[in-house]
Amino acid sequence: MHCIETGNTAAATGVKLARTQVIAAYPITPQTPLTEKLSEFVAAGEMKAEYIPVESEHSALSVCIAASSAGARAFTATSANGLLYMHEQIHWAAGARLPIVMCVVNRGVGAPWSVWNDHQDSMSQRDTGWIHLHAASHQQIIDTVIQAFRIAETVRIPVMVCYDGYLLSHTYMPYEVPDQDKVDRFLAGSAPARLLDPSSPMNLNTVTLPNTRPDVRGDIAPAYMEIRHCLQQDLTRTTAVVEQADRDYRDLTGRGGHPLYECYRCEDAEFIAICLGSLSRQLRGVVDSLRSASVKTGVIALRLYRPFPAEQLVPELDKARGVLVFEKALSYGYEGPLFSELKAALYHGSRRPVLHNCIVGLGGRTITTADLHTALADFCVDPETVRKASPQWIGLAPLK
Amino acid sequence: MKNDKFAINISHSEPGPGDAGQTGSWRVERPVLDAAKCIPAKTGKESCFLCWMYCPDGVISRTIPPGFDFQYCKGCGICAEECPADAITMVRETESGDETTGC
Ligand code: SF4
Ligand code: SF4
Repeated sequence: MHCIETGNTAAATGVKLARTQVIAAYPITPQTPLTEKLSEFVAAGEMKAEYIPVESEHSALSVCIAASSAGARAFTATSANGLLYMHEQIHWAAGARLPIVMCVVNRGVGAPWSVWNDHQDSMSQRDTGWIHLHAASHQQIIDTVIQAFRIAETVRIPVMVCYDGYLLSHTYMPYEVPDQDKVDRFLAGSAPARLLDPSSPMNLNTVTLPNTRPDVRGDIAPAYMEIRHCLQQDLTRTTAVVEQADRDYRDLTGRGGHPLYECYRCEDAEFIAICLGSLSRQLRGVVDSLRSASVKTGVIALRLYRPFPAEQLVPELDKARGVLVFEKALSYGYEGPLFSELKAALYHGSRRPVLHNCIVGLGGRTITTADLHTALADFCVDPETVRKASPQWIGLAPLK
Repeated sequence: MKNDKFAINISHSEPGPGDAGQTGSWRVERPVLDAAKCIPAKTGKESCFLCWMYCPDGVISRTIPPGFDFQYCKGCGICAEECPADAITMVRETESGDETTGC
């Protein structure tokens, strides 16, 4: 079915099509219309789910943790400070290996208050052990939400589906809604493991001792370090699962083909811009205009941020003379997190492109196409000089 | 907690002795029973057993007199607190005169 709706409605529709069984969420701008839409679906009987209103985001994820432990498909969503309020449980959900799916409608983090878009919120959860997927369009939001359940349930690691607040969450765009039977087929055989079972009582996520111990049967039970090592190993194997989910989804719907990142005009590009989310679509226009002036540029939208697909990205990037990383987040006191990671990824290669970092759009600051054009064009002319200004803030107003 | 492709380790425990490790090694004080005060020991009847009921680690036997498994008794003192006959005293391990810690 073809429709024109908001990004939040696209996400809610994906959650409905996945036949999610438990939803617990606390409203926060710009996520609110997503949870409102889900409560409407449940109230109207269009969705057979428990919708559990909670008093905070910490409780929202706690409810999902319990529901997922009992084998229910669970979903929550939040933004910015709400995400930070969940932080303890975000670590918990990953360590407990629960396949929860959460939409993070990206918004700047206070103080000072901002309800507008940047990526500082989900970036600040980078090291929690969740899978991070970024959608760049309304179509990608609904498709990614559906895929997220399959990915999470295959590897038993929770998934964050991130998309830009307002720019995607509140704007109306056309997209395809897959048929219910296709989604059912895609998710057939996928379900959260049922850990809590009255017929075999068990205490989950019990205190671990520094070293391993024999369990009731005399087998060696893993301790903290083994459990954490296993999370790391399974996360690195997740890349292949994300690719497989994309292939299967493509067979059913005809959409996809870019599970880890999406390249635009990169084949012969001498300079590549890379970023997360909807900014990549704006950069396509910049690339087109530079190409018409015979400057060979391209843009990569990174879809999978954790696990970081360094192995796959390096051969895309090391052919270029320069890589310009546009980021809506910062590791304060240093530089953009994606920039640091790409530098590290390219370190071992024989060819190292010049890397530059631009910080844009914090707290929803308008990102003009003219500014993006100037930044990329200047970098193409003299990358060595330009990169010395990393991280370069774009769009800052002069203050007296 | 395993599937063939992904190790998916988590920590969990099931009912049974010792699934929290050798908790006997945590003990600073140990419960010592005075059979002269203990109700079932005094009467020879199956009665009371509040210590058995309250022990969080299930290491007290429902016997006359009740016994302790010092391999897992963590020395929390709940049994001594709950005993209605003051029959259990917590004694510092260093003063218990018993060299065995069970571990
Ligand atoms: S609680 Fe005290 S009196 Fe009752 S059985 Fe235990 S030791 Fe004996
Ligand atoms: S209640 Fe505590 S001190 Fe008493 S036997 Fe049980 S573990 Fe030991």
